[in-house]
Amino acid sequence: MGRLAVRATALVKWFGAGDARTYAVRDASFDAFFGEILYIVGPSGSGKTTLLSMISGILRPDGGTVDVDGKNIWSLSADDIASFRLNTIGFVFQDYHLFPRLTTAENVAIPLILKKMEWSQALAVATRYLEIVGLKERAQLPPVKLSGGEQQRVAIARAIASEPDILVLDEPTASLDGETGRRIVEFIRHNILNDHRCIIIVTHDNRIFEYADRIMNMEDGRIIGINREDPHEN
Amino acid sequence: MKIGFKLLVNDRGKFAALLVGITFAAFLMVMMTSMFAGILIRSSATILNVGAPVWVLDPAVNTPVSSIPMPDYVLDAVRSLPGVQYAVPLYSGGAQVKLRNGTYQAVSVIGLDDTSLYGRPELVSGKIDDIFAENAFIVVDDAEFVKLGNPTIGTRFELNDHLGVVTGIARVSTAGLFGVPTLYTTYTRAITYIPSTRFTISYILVQPKNSGAIARIKQQVASLGYQALTENEFIDKVSTFYKYQTGMGINVLLMTVISFIVGLSISGQTFYTFILENLEKFGALKAIGAKGHELVLMILFQATLTAMTGFGLGVGLAALIITLARLRLPDYAAMITYTNIGLAFVMVVLIAAISSYIGVRKVIRIEPFDIFRS
Ligand SMILES: Nc1ncnc2c1ncn2[C@@H]1O[C@H](COP(=O)(O)OP(=O)(O)O)[C@@H](O)[C@H]1O
Ligand SMILES: [Mg+2]
Repeated sequence: MGRLAVRATALVKWFGAGDARTYAVRDASFDAFFGEILYIVGPSGSGKTTLLSMISGILRPDGGTVDVDGKNIWSLSADDIASFRLNTIGFVFQDYHLFPRLTTAENVAIPLILKKMEWSQALAVATRYLEIVGLKERAQLPPVKLSGGEQQRVAIARAIASEPDILVLDEPTASLDGETGRRIVEFIRHNILNDHRCIIIVTHDNRIFEYADRIMNMEDGRIIGINREDPHEN
Repeated sequence: MKIGFKLLVNDRGKFAALLVGITFAAFLMVMMTSMFAGILIRSSATILNVGAPVWVLDPAVNTPVSSIPMPDYVLDAVRSLPGVQYAVPLYSGGAQVKLRNGTYQAVSVIGLDDTSLYGRPELVSGKIDDIFAENAFIVVDDAEFVKLGNPTIGTRFELNDHLGVVTGIARVSTAGLFGVPTLYTTYTRAITYIPSTRFTISYILVQPKNSGAIARIKQQVASLGYQALTENEFIDKVSTFYKYQTGMGINVLLMTVISFIVGLSISGQTFYTFILENLEKFGALKAIGAKGHELVLMILFQATLTAMTGFGLGVGLAALIITLARLRLPDYAAMITYTNIGLAFVMVVLIAAISSYIGVRKVIRIEPFDIFRS
């Protein structure tokens, strides 16, 4: 098994106040390792996105800690957390959040530009990542001209353009047809995963389960078990 | 920054609306204040054209064309003041001219001191000494020249039933405000041809021995019950009158404030909608790892970019319109001064600052997690 990438300890998140308070995540603890693809599976509303956000430095937990590469991220300053998101995490949002007024290449270049790379160099690097996801010829188009599967791949290209240690995908196949979804996850498995990268995928699409190293189940904000142990351990 | 630039500029509709708002506001502000500046400078035309360093006048005079005549003893008294090198009378008044074709035309007449011709205009044709010839008048070739039927030397006309002959054509630096031609003649002829009150001296032009003497001259003239003003003080007095006592100043101020409000509402509203529509994008940028201050910079950059473009367009448009208007109407009284441009600039910066302040507040508040709620 790879090195420990993410350690979530007793994470808690609630929304609302007083009587209206509802727990989205309760007492969630788990580890994720470099070199593996970890699935988080559970019904809609079970807290998967919330959990993902807390380990990605996007949403501050109400309890518990997240250690990434041995660092307690929620003890950092706001700017340092932003840097952490930029440098360590690649997040593929469920609805992509591509910028319709920018070209595909410019979309992919965003994290590089935020890293203060020169605009032209960033575009060159972005085009390389578009090539990796097989969309080089779409570089100059606005993302709305692309199909759902293509947009998903643009979002992946943007998430990996900054070479993050941890790649997080929220329901990457939810709005794709079965075949496209399979191909994308297969692609991630074979081209994006490496020994220095940890990939966490939230899904309830059982057609892609075969690409997981481990599958963690969530229900009602709790982790109720890991139903496939690390194949490397067996 | 460039992301922000692309976000805004690629949203053509919004960007155009923003530009229109700011251009419009800048244009109106420059236009209004330029017209006012033009009026102000023209209202002081006589002062500028005569060019005397110190003027003695009745304290109740508000504008050079409506002079209040002073008795002759004032001239003698001023001449005997210690700091005065010399002092001469000036006549300034209006008359009716009957042209050869029988039409009447109002004119303004300036009578220059017979011995010195102090304050005489620059002649473009004719000899200055011919001003002493019988019935001689010098016509100023300005925008109003045509109203006298483009006279030449020797052209005759009637002025208040006296014969007048053009003996010279002159040029002056500043045209008057009231759209009537200007004639120069001698002081003596002016007061004989033009019916006047018991007193005939409109102004006394004073050449002080040195600039240090001015303060004392002013004091002594004041003790006579009159006022001695330097050229600039006189111009200021006239400007103050137009600004505060004619309602013109307040109108211009109102128009400027209205342009500001209109510009602010168009741009502020559009910019706010732009921010609201893109709030999710800003949230996504935060989630990707943009820091709060980077987004603030981005918004300020967007605001500055549009403000400066709109300001440039507005000032350019005003300059263009004024130039075009001058082509058709040589007399068009408008003048773009640095003060006007500076004022419009401050207003535009204010518009941009207020608009972006609202945007910045929104964007600072958005949490990256909020993008999951859409
Ligand atoms: N911003 C929010 N405000 C209030 N409730 C929220 C918010 N985000 C999520 N929730 C609630 O938290 C629970 C878990 O949501 P989420 O993590 O999105 O679940 P999943 O991704 O597994 O569908 C849900 O009941 C949801 O309604
Ligand atoms: Mg979700």
